[in-house]
Amino acid sequence: MHIMEGFLPPLHAAAWGVAALPFVVAGVRRADRLLKEKPETRLLLGACGAFSFVLSALKLPSVTGSCSHPTGTGLGASLFGPSVMTLIATIVLLFQALLLAHGGLTTLGANLFSMGIVGPWLAWGCYRAGSTLGLALPTTIFFAATLSDLATYITTALQLALAFPDPVSGIAGSAVKFLSVFAITQLPLAIVEGLLSVAVINWLSRHSVDELRQLAILRGAASVEVTKEECHDAA
Amino acid sequence: MLRDNRRVLALAVLILLVPFFLPHPEEKGEKPFAGSDDQAGKVISHMRPDYQPWFTPFWTPPSDEIQSLLFALQAALGSGVIGYYVGLRRGRREAEKAKRAHP
Repeated sequence: MHIMEGFLPPLHAAAWGVAALPFVVAGVRRADRLLKEKPETRLLLGACGAFSFVLSALKLPSVTGSCSHPTGTGLGASLFGPSVMTLIATIVLLFQALLLAHGGLTTLGANLFSMGIVGPWLAWGCYRAGSTLGLALPTTIFFAATLSDLATYITTALQLALAFPDPVSGIAGSAVKFLSVFAITQLPLAIVEGLLSVAVINWLSRHSVDELRQLAILRGAASVEVTKEECHDAA
Repeated sequence: MLRDNRRVLALAVLILLVPFFLPHPEEKGEKPFAGSDDQAGKVISHMRPDYQPWFTPFWTPPSDEIQSLLFALQAALGSGVIGYYVGLRRGRREAEKAKRAHP
């Protein structure tokens, strides 16, 4: 999903940067508040950030015969809310843009929008929907992580289609082209990310009950019961 | 099924192994298992041959080896933090268990 350096026209690059900026500011504020109010969850936040750091470094083989990497933002967004993951995605993308020449500074806004905003917010939405519907925690996390990974790549494809409409078939035609590069390759990898996130949440449900409870309290009463019940089941 | 981590992880590995056993028609000049990010770049240069990237990275890893070194470093740093967290939690849980067994 990394749009390469200089590969978005200046106007697009600037627009995505402006669009992403308020989310980054909100992420900094949210993380600051979280660390003040619930300092006990600091380590778990670090671990969730690290999860994203690891997954986005792993380019995995897909059935299409090409390689792509997961994003790892869905898990953290489910636990800590989407804003904090925007901040973590910013760190990951800056690291890769500056040290690896993977992605770029001019495309940072657009890449942040797909990996740090659309993905985490969708994961958060899935998580809320799953807990409202009373789905089991692993099932909810699976959908949240898988769909957020996929949505990130679909966003990238659409961003490129907007910037490079096909001379004949227009934006729709070029969207199909970019989606065929990104979306199909990503599908099995998104499922892998979903499974890995489930493995983590299963582990957390046994070993980090206190932290999960605290985070659930942060989000109001409804999800507390779900989490407690899940923790109890898993233990 | 999703509660059993052995099965969950086994399925993930299986999905990642499948691509190696599928036939992939080699496209012209296309290396197998190339990155999708680079492929998108190729779609752009195919569709708009006149497009020139207007900005280049300040620093590019001088070789594939250095690049894979940095990717490995990224994964290693992340794994280190996760390992620390996992060890800490596990140790704490076992200490609590021992306390309960021999108060």
